[in-house]
Amino acid sequence: MKSGRKEIRRLEKSNRSAYVFLAPYILLFTAFIVVPIAIAIILSFTNFNTIQFPKFIGFLNYINLITQDEVFMQKVLPNTVVYAVIVGPGGYMLSFLLAWALSQLTKGPRTVLALIFYSPSLTSGVAMAVLWKILFSGDQTGYINSLLIRLGVITEPIIWLSDARFLLPIVIIVGLWSSMGVGFLAMLAGILNSDESLYEAAAIDGVKNRFQEMIYITIPTMKPQMLFGAVMAIVNTFQNGAISVQLAGANPTPNYSAQLIVNHIEDYGFIRYEMGYAAAVSVALLGIVYLFSTISKKLFKED
Amino acid sequence: MARYKGSRINPQRFERGQIKIFLAILPLAIFMLLPIIFIFCHAFKPMDELFAYPPRFFVKSPTFDNFRDLFKSARASGIPMSRYVYNSIIVTLAVVFLSTFISSLAGFALSKLKFKTKNAIFEINNMALMFVPVAVMIPRYLVINGLGLTNTFLAHILPLISMPVSLFLIKQFIDQVPNALIEAAYMDGARDFTVYTRIILPMIKPALATGAILAFQQAWVNIESSNIYINNEGLKTLAFYMNSLANANNSVAGQGVAAAASLIMFIPNLVLFIILQSNIMNTMAHSGIK
Repeated sequence: MKSGRKEIRRLEKSNRSAYVFLAPYILLFTAFIVVPIAIAIILSFTNFNTIQFPKFIGFLNYINLITQDEVFMQKVLPNTVVYAVIVGPGGYMLSFLLAWALSQLTKGPRTVLALIFYSPSLTSGVAMAVLWKILFSGDQTGYINSLLIRLGVITEPIIWLSDARFLLPIVIIVGLWSSMGVGFLAMLAGILNSDESLYEAAAIDGVKNRFQEMIYITIPTMKPQMLFGAVMAIVNTFQNGAISVQLAGANPTPNYSAQLIVNHIEDYGFIRYEMGYAAAVSVALLGIVYLFSTISKKLFKED
Repeated sequence: MARYKGSRINPQRFERGQIKIFLAILPLAIFMLLPIIFIFCHAFKPMDELFAYPPRFFVKSPTFDNFRDLFKSARASGIPMSRYVYNSIIVTLAVVFLSTFISSLAGFALSKLKFKTKNAIFEINNMALMFVPVAVMIPRYLVINGLGLTNTFLAHILPLISMPVSLFLIKQFIDQVPNALIEAAYMDGARDFTVYTRIILPMIKPALATGAILAFQQAWVNIESSNIYINNEGLKTLAFYMNSLANANNSVAGQGVAAAASLIMFIPNLVLFIILQSNIMNTMAHSGIK
């Protein structure tokens, strides 16, 4: 009995064995998340070609990024903004609307439809790039070309994935297609678990239709899930940017037409071996993601 | 017009009001599904259908030719396909098991044990939810190189184990386990580890399943580690091999093989999700960031 009481006191105050439980996670978290971010920040202030020891150059990489790197300012940044604004908030709103619609169906059809909307996100990353390469292949036997020729929309086949005009829109479509991921499931679960009496009360208080109900009840009651979904959407959007190089089959993409910030990092890091500069671009990317996440927190944080 | 009665979330029966919803989302569902149907059809198309003009969307007389060619091309490259399959299975199993185990240990500590830096650690992990791994591929390479892990299985496995999302979801789920249960166990003289194995683990199976599937999705299709940290062909994974095959085959004949390769990567993901989906929905109910 005595020892039992001691255990509880231990539970309530400071428990050293907690660190034993946490140690493996913290160790790996530090080694593969914290340390790499720290290295990226340090390298971003250096000139590092992977052979010689990094040379400290202050803010030069960042200054060059903003003032000298025409490709970055004229192509990469605008592309990334267009892509991120459409696929991020666009995919997010689509996820929410679909989750909301699905929550009003019975369990059977809801499960099947949720599976259909979620499964494209299973293909995310580069594993399924081949699918789009086949559909958009550039000669007249390509599926999209052949369809459009038969419908009379175009007369000549379009080399979709090498054409600077079409590559970015295609990357955006693919991004939207695979955007119903973990965040979508979280929001669906959030709506399904909301308190039904709230809806009845709202109907009595004069809520007139499903839309008003969504604005006044659904969204406020599931803010925490909305925030989780938003963070997941932002991360996935930037993480999946690598698809553009896969589709084009080359880095840089033709005329930098679909060059996104992720591809720019790879271009400088693994093709030109200007690691210091690539690190500066990485830090910029992490900064952009952090900025977007902070904005979502402001929007959805419960006071 | 009758007064609006309030829509039913999670209705038990079919009602007429649901028809509108079906009409609105069915076209989108079909659009979402088409590419997946296409890859299924394409993988089973025989040579003459792959070359057919105009190209046909659906397969007419399905065959396993593409899959057979896929295995043949693997043999021709010197490393048997079974080697890549073996590597991928080992790596994926290790990541799934270790990541879920380590996240549940940490989740237990963050949820039920009291110690000084608890909130700080949880906040840091929440911040790490927005971590984008591709941004640090270069520094990660330097870390792996520094630890002497290049060209080992550990280079595939270790970077994927600590998953902030997984820890976050498991911790939120453990929050639901009643404290009374845990206190009773301590009264009986149980130690922390006993509480973890006897009380926590059996009660958080849905969250463990979710952590496992998230880890699987990362590890199974990961090509970054094979691309950057591994030079030895025999240690690379199936995902890498399938991807290189898909990229190398730009000919029409190669497309069928590439489609077959993508399908092989996609199916385990899909099947696992279907099996575990009710667990996942259960876990996601507690996913809010407060």
